[in-house]
Amino acid sequence: MQKLTNGTSVVMVEGKTVREVIDNLDKKYPGTKNRLCENDRIRPNFAVAVNSEIIATGLRQQVDPDSEVHFLPAVSGG
Amino acid sequence: MSNNSGNGKYKIIGTRPIRHDGTEKVIGKAIYGADVRLSGMLHGQVLRSPHAHARIKSIDTSKAEALEGVRAVVTSDDLPKTNEDDMIDLGEGMTRLKYIRDNILASDKVLYRGHAVVGVAANNQQIADEALSLIEVEYEVLPPVVTVLDAMKDDAPLLHDTLTTDELGEQTDKKSNIAAHLQHKLGDPEKGFKDADIVIEHEFHTATVHQGYIEPHNGTAVWNPDGQLTIWTSTQGAFVVQKQAAAVLDHPISKVKVVPTEIGGGFGGKIPIYLEPVAALLSRKTGHPVKLLMTRAGVFEGTGPTPGSYVRLKLGADKSGKLVAGDCYLAFEAGAYPGSPMFCGCMCVFACYEIPNAIVNGYDVVVNKPKSAPYRAPGSTQVAFAIETMLDEIAEKLGMDAFEIRLLNAAKEGTRRVDDLVYPRIGCVETMEAGKASDHYNTPLEGPYRGRGVATGYWFNIGFKSCVTASVNEDGTVNLMEGSTDIGGSRTSIAMQFAEVLALPVEDVNPRVGDTGEIGYNDVTGGSRTTYATGYAAYNAAQDVKEQMIERAANHWELKADDVEFADEVFKNKKDSSKQLTFKELAKIASADDSPVIGKGSVNLGFNIGGSFATNIVDVEVDPETGKVTILRFTAIQDAGKAIHPSYVEGQMQGGSVQGIGWALNEEYFYNADGKMENSTFLDYRIPTALDIPMIETIIVEVPNPSHPYGVRGVGEANIAPPPAAITNAIYNALGVRFRELPMRPDRIIAALAAKREAEPLEAVAGS
Repeated sequence: MQKLTNGTSVVMVEGKTVREVIDNLDKKYPGTKNRLCENDRIRPNFAVAVNSEIIATGLRQQVDPDSEVHFLPAVSGG
Repeated sequence: MSNNSGNGKYKIIGTRPIRHDGTEKVIGKAIYGADVRLSGMLHGQVLRSPHAHARIKSIDTSKAEALEGVRAVVTSDDLPKTNEDDMIDLGEGMTRLKYIRDNILASDKVLYRGHAVVGVAANNQQIADEALSLIEVEYEVLPPVVTVLDAMKDDAPLLHDTLTTDELGEQTDKKSNIAAHLQHKLGDPEKGFKDADIVIEHEFHTATVHQGYIEPHNGTAVWNPDGQLTIWTSTQGAFVVQKQAAAVLDHPISKVKVVPTEIGGGFGGKIPIYLEPVAALLSRKTGHPVKLLMTRAGVFEGTGPTPGSYVRLKLGADKSGKLVAGDCYLAFEAGAYPGSPMFCGCMCVFACYEIPNAIVNGYDVVVNKPKSAPYRAPGSTQVAFAIETMLDEIAEKLGMDAFEIRLLNAAKEGTRRVDDLVYPRIGCVETMEAGKASDHYNTPLEGPYRGRGVATGYWFNIGFKSCVTASVNEDGTVNLMEGSTDIGGSRTSIAMQFAEVLALPVEDVNPRVGDTGEIGYNDVTGGSRTTYATGYAAYNAAQDVKEQMIERAANHWELKADDVEFADEVFKNKKDSSKQLTFKELAKIASADDSPVIGKGSVNLGFNIGGSFATNIVDVEVDPETGKVTILRFTAIQDAGKAIHPSYVEGQMQGGSVQGIGWALNEEYFYNADGKMENSTFLDYRIPTALDIPMIETIIVEVPNPSHPYGVRGVGEANIAPPPAAITNAIYNALGVRFRELPMRPDRIIAALAAKREAEPLEAVAGS
């Protein structure tokens, strides 16, 4: 991901949902959306965390103005 | 047995009722996969590869098919054709469909000894077994590679012609056995190490270890002429079997019904499918039900163990013992196809501690072993072994107590992890404090060749999808249908959460695990999610029932629902305080005069990284003549958030601890130079038995999970993470030898003692 953001690991973007955050991220750093999404869904090998809780509601998840959004590899258990 | 758990404000939760499925299991009436018997049923067997790596040149089944009593033979040619690039999402990330189909029945290559090649159905098991000996497979044997470091070499034999490395999320063109490289970074590790007063670095190796469930894999299938396919199987997730079988067979998911039988252990290993599609193909060919049962050798050689691993860890601390930097390189054996829990190892290695500057690089590497499968806290035990033993080394250098250094560095609410996530309320500190205050830790250990060790471990709390339905019977009992297969007493734990809302005796709630046609979608029983997420769904279903019962009471009293309340365990008429009904009384009235009450609860939970932390204290005695390690005393401490059924929580803690003891001392896949496993029986693959271990003492810590109505944290997994490290630390304190390779077999202990005697260094090192 950092190749797309010129090596930056933390960026500030606006958005009221994860979808808007990714759309705005893509405007700033083209290619981001394609990396994270497929067929209007988060790619299944990614997990999205909003305020450090890995969410299950995908792109429609609401975010607050000061929310931290993280993109991580998906995790499952035994 | 120490128990910090109690009822508190609850009526049902925190009690220890007899499990609903107990009688059936004790008297042998519970139906497991091997018990399935259907009219006209045939019996099957699978021919497995004798080679670790070979190209299949031809398969001749004609002699087997000519054997009297053989009814059908299937190979990969019977599976739908797959394009090399077809991808599929089976709920655990995108995977190549070819990999999944090839693991069911190999097509062009066999990639491990035990790889399934041909399936046979016959009138009985003996004929099926005999038929296998008549199948002629011509192989071009290729050099195998069975260790992760060998497989990463530039000149290593390549398992896959088309596999290239995913480098930090970008596909490269480089053909390699390295399927993926991942990195997490926090702060400035370089500066952290520069500022550190103490820096140590070591390499660690862990073995390939099997989950060791007692019940082998099984699958029975009926493929009707109308295309309806029904599968009975022992699984951790009926819906995942449905999804995978439909994908492998390219069959509509609505035409696949999966009936989960009772399960004799899973621990993650019964999430993937193996036999089910083969049974389905054989049933389609013969028009009969077909049952397949794995042999024990088949289980060891043909199903997914946890990966062997290589970990290189560097830690930096200041003079006070505060960790200031960490750098971890880890490489996990994925087995024959990509997909090890390397990702989890990366997230778990520093999870118990607050380290401001850290970096972790993880590699997922294919080797000629069975495709790895989840195993209890996948990836966490491997990395806990490294960090928890090195933490002890730093403590020793600084003259600190084992708990002192851990408590100084323990993660807490607000700690930012290496993956950049921030902890909510967690119980890491509390488990360590409980250990430090325990009777065990405060009882002196004396005697030669005896030592005490301490370690901590972590696992997430995965949520995902669960649902339940609840039907109220006329006698006031409730039939509770759920879709989470019960591998550890979850039926009763879920029923208790339902019963608590309505103040019902838990014996009046009849939980049942439904098949995929009877209940809505449920994710697998795994990831420490079932008591948490399905319990949450049961809580919601009980709230739904409560609202409906209030409506029925209102109808009975000819009031509005707002004029009825449920309080003090009864339904009360707010307009007339003399009128109230118990649940049973109202159920009887409603069943006569009103519509049936059917409640439902459905959740789709994220998973919170809060999860569960487990701490161990272990005393060992080492026999210097034989190298045998005896566990003298073992205490497991774990944060359960809220223990719904403390006996089940204790059972999970004890079970995970015993498995961790096996990792530490005995268990490993032993491969020869040809890549063949040489210990594929329980005689030679040595899991601990009741004769090998003392009673595992348990201390339940309860730091409520803010994301659950009762504060539940999943407890199924974190308990396996610390035992190998705790035992390693105990052996060091007994012998003065640090082990950095698992298992710590008697021969390795003898060799290390001999090396120590010869060299007499202050600290002899075994392993790398």
